[in-house]
Amino acid sequence: MTSALRIVNGRVYDPANGVDGAVRDVCISGGRIVADVPPDARRIDATGMVVMPGGVDIHCHIAGPKVNLARKVQPEDHRHDVHLRTRVTRSGTGGTVPSTFTTGYRYAALGYTAAMEAAVTPLGARHTLEEFHDTPVIDKGFFVLMGNNVLMYRLLQEGRHEEFRQTLAWWMSATKAYAPKLVNPGGDEFWKGQRNANVTRLDQQIAGFDLTPRKVIAEFIEAGNELGLPHPVHIHCNNLGHTGNYQTTLDTMRIAEGRRAHITHIQFHSYGSVAGKSGDNPTSKAHEISEYVNTHPNISADVGAVMFGRSTSMTADAPLAYMLRRFGGGKWVNADTEHESGCGIVPFTYQDRIYTNALQWAIGLELFLLSDDPWRMVFSTDHPNGGSFMSYPRLIRLLMDSEFRKEQMAKVNQQALEHSGLRDCASREYSLSEIAIITRAGPARLLGLTGKGHLGVGADADVTIYEEDADKEKMFSTPRHVIKDGEPVIEDHEFRAEHEGRVFHVAPDYDPGIEQVIEPFFEDYYTIRFANYAVADRYIRHPQTVPTAPQAAEAGAVPAT
Amino acid sequence: MAEMMTLIGGRTSKQGTSLCAGKLGAEYLQISSTVEMNVEDMARLGLSNDSKVRLRTPVGEAVLRCKGRETKDLPPGLLFMAYGPFSSELMAGDTAATGMPISKNLDVEVEPVVDGAAESGEPHHG
Amino acid sequence: MGDNIKVVADATCTFCGCVCDDMVLTVDLDQKRITKSENACVLGKAWFKEHAIEERPFALVDGREATTDEGVEAAAQILANARFPVVYGLSDTTCEAQKVAVAIADMVGGCLDTTTSVCHGPTGIAFQSGGESTASLGEIKNRADLVVFWGGNPAEAHPRLFTRYAVTAKGMYTPNGRKDRTIVLVDVRRTPSTPVADIFLQVKPRTDFEVLWALRALVKGRKIDPSIEQRTGVSLAVLEDLVDRMKRCRYGALLFGMGLTMNRGRHFNAGAILALATDLNEFTHFVAKPVRGHGNVTGADNVVSWQTGFPFGVNFSRGYPRFNPGEFTTADLLSRGDADAALIIASDPASNFPKAAIEHLKRIPVINLDPKLTHTGRLARVSFTTATYGINVPGTVYRMDDVPITLRPAFDSPYPSDEQVLTAIRDRVRELLGGNRVPAGEALAGVAVS
Repeated sequence: MTSALRIVNGRVYDPANGVDGAVRDVCISGGRIVADVPPDARRIDATGMVVMPGGVDIHCHIAGPKVNLARKVQPEDHRHDVHLRTRVTRSGTGGTVPSTFTTGYRYAALGYTAAMEAAVTPLGARHTLEEFHDTPVIDKGFFVLMGNNVLMYRLLQEGRHEEFRQTLAWWMSATKAYAPKLVNPGGDEFWKGQRNANVTRLDQQIAGFDLTPRKVIAEFIEAGNELGLPHPVHIHCNNLGHTGNYQTTLDTMRIAEGRRAHITHIQFHSYGSVAGKSGDNPTSKAHEISEYVNTHPNISADVGAVMFGRSTSMTADAPLAYMLRRFGGGKWVNADTEHESGCGIVPFTYQDRIYTNALQWAIGLELFLLSDDPWRMVFSTDHPNGGSFMSYPRLIRLLMDSEFRKEQMAKVNQQALEHSGLRDCASREYSLSEIAIITRAGPARLLGLTGKGHLGVGADADVTIYEEDADKEKMFSTPRHVIKDGEPVIEDHEFRAEHEGRVFHVAPDYDPGIEQVIEPFFEDYYTIRFANYAVADRYIRHPQTVPTAPQAAEAGAVPAT
Repeated sequence: MAEMMTLIGGRTSKQGTSLCAGKLGAEYLQISSTVEMNVEDMARLGLSNDSKVRLRTPVGEAVLRCKGRETKDLPPGLLFMAYGPFSSELMAGDTAATGMPISKNLDVEVEPVVDGAAESGEPHHG
Repeated sequence: MGDNIKVVADATCTFCGCVCDDMVLTVDLDQKRITKSENACVLGKAWFKEHAIEERPFALVDGREATTDEGVEAAAQILANARFPVVYGLSDTTCEAQKVAVAIADMVGGCLDTTTSVCHGPTGIAFQSGGESTASLGEIKNRADLVVFWGGNPAEAHPRLFTRYAVTAKGMYTPNGRKDRTIVLVDVRRTPSTPVADIFLQVKPRTDFEVLWALRALVKGRKIDPSIEQRTGVSLAVLEDLVDRMKRCRYGALLFGMGLTMNRGRHFNAGAILALATDLNEFTHFVAKPVRGHGNVTGADNVVSWQTGFPFGVNFSRGYPRFNPGEFTTADLLSRGDADAALIIASDPASNFPKAAIEHLKRIPVINLDPKLTHTGRLARVSFTTATYGINVPGTVYRMDDVPITLRPAFDSPYPSDEQVLTAIRDRVRELLGGNRVPAGEALAGVAVS
């Protein structure tokens, strides 16, 4: 039980509760924000500092089989970025795919207190949870890959909608996932079964199935919403990275038809087309994409901004990774998981001189600057695909400081800038409040994490205190204090204590009879026993089950919107 | 008269099952102290099944019992034995900076052992 | 057999890297013995049958019988006072124990290495250079219509690789099992695995690299001189036929063993076969997988990688993980006489290592954890009898294809688990050192990371 704490004199940014820079106290007791604490409670003096809820990363790749392969394949990435142990904290290595202890410490050191691992196979869930256990401080959860699931496809093509929904509920519960993830729906059957082909159109027949990507996407959106999941569905659209793909993205968003759907790293899906010397070149369609998201409140997105420098592409979109390999310069990892997913990993460097990279960078910024609703166009670099999470402070500066942005714009490939709309929104600057929305309040709300991303009474006491600085990159790089569950884990820039965060997951109710539908598939086709598949409770030391809407209603609580 | 041959160490089914019983047990000892040799090579060296033979490398030696194999299974010049303390005696420590010592395709000197000479018995440990 | 019988279904065999989780164990709880192990292969059957409770001291310290606690104290003193200790082994224990072993090495600033370094370490090195195309075993079972075994003898080392996963197993796109597949085997000699193959390539010893490189060249449409046959024992015609089959298959798999890694060329051989599979992906879907020997060596790779960034051969002396095969790998640390103490867990280097390494183990203080008496246990200064993972001890293991599986133990053991002993050692070392050892003159305690 943590003792009482009072943060005094700081400028508080709590957009979820309408607090926009007011100087006021923040009181903590028992790991929660409270209205008041006794006068003898410990004080933290935040004079001249900015107080925000802890950061919430809605989409990153930090733990699990895919991440570990990416770690293992790049010793050179770690060698130049070491992380010393202290008397109380473990050593590790960094680079774009840090080791687990280093990941947790560094996220915390940036003022983040929660992060969502964006893509885990059901077979790999246990592995992700083991890595979570070794990722200190931050709270975590993961999205489970369902969009290429063979059993789910079979049920769908047979029109067994109710069983489809029950099976999805079962799978979420069995793996202790947070949300269902779709990646290039339909692509796996082409990649694995058709000699490395890929799906390219929403209305194309998926190899071996009487289904189309459109149908798959529609059914998952419906099922996720009907189950009342706090974050119904998280979609990596088809045709990521392809010139002209913005149309696929618009069409995918239209499939939602008013139901909630989240489009992830939408920057990679916002390309138009212009004729070039040797084929078509991509252009920016950030305008069209932005317009659609702005005018359709059921849709949310995270940007997936590109930052120059080293990155690692790691994705369940295996055909994409294979395509990137040609530009990546050598290493390539492909990993298929039976009946569930593909995976591709390619180390990659974004360069400001290169047309496509500069265009991607510009489009990411455009999407932020054109957004009318920061609650629904939130912050990400798809770490480490677009760039490392260590580049977040720089991205924040690019959004807040138009002078700095202009300086950077002058350095990049100018033709790429011509084909983007970035010059037209060059003067907009994000305020601290808007930053607090896109990095904290917005992601928390989209995820349905009602205790996070805000400092209202009852919220989790995850608080970050930054020293004000005109250089926003500097400001957001090193918070002065970071409080997690009411415990100051970083004080005066130093780690004070080890802390283990919680793992958030959902446990939607399902008809136990559905196991009779699922088990025979395991008997026939899997190489793991059905009885050994579901993840035991003990793999999460500090679980936090987030209720679905029906579960919350039954318990009498108000469900998150 | 000593000859040079190529020794391959490896796993066998019997080596696997007997090590479950215990590496200090008699069965494991017997299995890991047997070397398979091509029957033509054995004939030329005057060896028959269970004859003793000394294998020598620059780092060590081991006295083992022979077991013949047809040419179609084990070509002339090749030897096979199950991993174990005896094969370790012959293994050099240099890994060429890879961490992996060579335990397959070792160049070994092969010499029949005259009757009466002691068998390696237990390898020289602990 | 008595009356007190339990049946444990869906139990996992951890003898080899196949990690089959469909065991049905009949357990005599009075005798503390597994009397039947349905679905186990001959190796698994021996594994289950022979791991009963043996009457052994809980610990031995300098040859005297001791309690586990006394052993822990002696072990902690050794580790706290050593200047360059190595923690080694870990392939036959749970991930839970492996994590503690890494924590100890980090705490004392020593080396951490696993049996990978003398198994598929070269494959790991090759992987770091170029990556790999891989798959879970179920993809091979369900989709592979061409499987090539190279430098291994699964019939004797991984029997159910044939029957449960890759040769006779029936799957979604391989409903006729064996008949839906072409099996190729490459080796220097005939083994009990050879009759399983449709096509057998007998290569001359030490020429696997040349054969693999020639296949790569043929895949890419280059010309190979017919003198390749003289060099390798394999004719150009056979190579061309194999390449043709590989390009035309629907889903191909190359499964390879120690014949490549323990041989002249080591990581070059492994790199060649990984690259061959990668090259073939221009034409069709192809994967290459190292066939792992021990039940949880893959778990060790995973745990060490996620905690340090590197899979094996790790050193913590400077306060952070460094990786260097040849410098921090155990065969070298011991053969050169670098290590001044060793903590050996679930492995028997005194039985398998080069002679010079074994000689050095006799000179330094060794701490050993094992359920059975081994050569390493006999020369150790402190020796612990521990319970057997998967049979007595619960926990997590990773199959050779990185699938994590939770163990279902059969019966209790009076002995502690590796995890319990290592945790006690870690805690005592922490007391003795006052926390993690921080290199002098460098990081001060509590300095923030940035």
